[in-house]
Amino acid sequence: MSTTIKVRAMVSADIATVKAIINHPMTVERLDKATGKVVPAHFIEEVVFSHNGEELLVASCGQAISKNPYFSFKFSGARSGDTLGVIWRDNQGKQDRDEFQIR
Amino acid sequence: MHSMYRRMVLKGTIAMGAAVTAGLFTPLRALAEWPKTAFEAEAVEGVIKSLYAASSVQDSDQIRLIAPDIAENGTVVPITVDTTLPEVDSISIIAEKNPRPLAASSRLNPKLEGYFATRLKLSQTQNVVAVVQSRGRLYRASKEIKVTVGGCGG
Repeated sequence: MSTTIKVRAMVSADIATVKAIINHPMTVERLDKATGKVVPAHFIEEVVFSHNGEELLVASCGQAISKNPYFSFKFSGARSGDTLGVIWRDNQGKQDRDEFQIR
Repeated sequence: MHSMYRRMVLKGTIAMGAAVTAGLFTPLRALAEWPKTAFEAEAVEGVIKSLYAASSVQDSDQIRLIAPDIAENGTVVPITVDTTLPEVDSISIIAEKNPRPLAASSRLNPKLEGYFATRLKLSQTQNVVAVVQSRGRLYRASKEIKVTVGGCGG
């Protein structure tokens, strides 16, 4: 089980509303004042959401997305008990994935 | 100099990331698709051209961009794009005056409603632009957000 992804997905009147939060520092490239060195950016580049294995939404992200990114979207054709999958990957090659049950 | 440094960093981190995640995860199909040029563009026009290979964007009152008028904290500004345009393929959010204006660009399965919400870092008071691709055409809506404390620290 993933410790970085939290999802709430609920169906109401055939429309599922998904709210997801990913724990990630999402830092921008900056100059370290003490050492004068460039500290590279560290941010999530891509998040892929799927419904019962079918790709729903691919969110490409830049450095302007806030720390611990939040995403919300809505889709039709979901039933309670269906699976919502989440995969994320950052610019340093780290990734994580998890699956959640739609309520 | 600057870009050379970044290439070095990238090379190092890709190798490191591969070692850490090898065997744990199957590779992401989407790995190669991150639109690097669009995210590195420094002007709105460049972002749109790079993302959609088009430059004609029409203002639309069928896009609602929901965001605060004043953001006291520029590091966490909630943005919601809600559109009644049909067959939405893509929704992008651009912060005009951020050093890297493109914040997010999402591709949507036809089952999705024309709705996408996230939270942005805004460096200063500026217009935030939502670009929606519907039936192959581009539409936009924008809103000025006043930022009291900029969000470029982290």
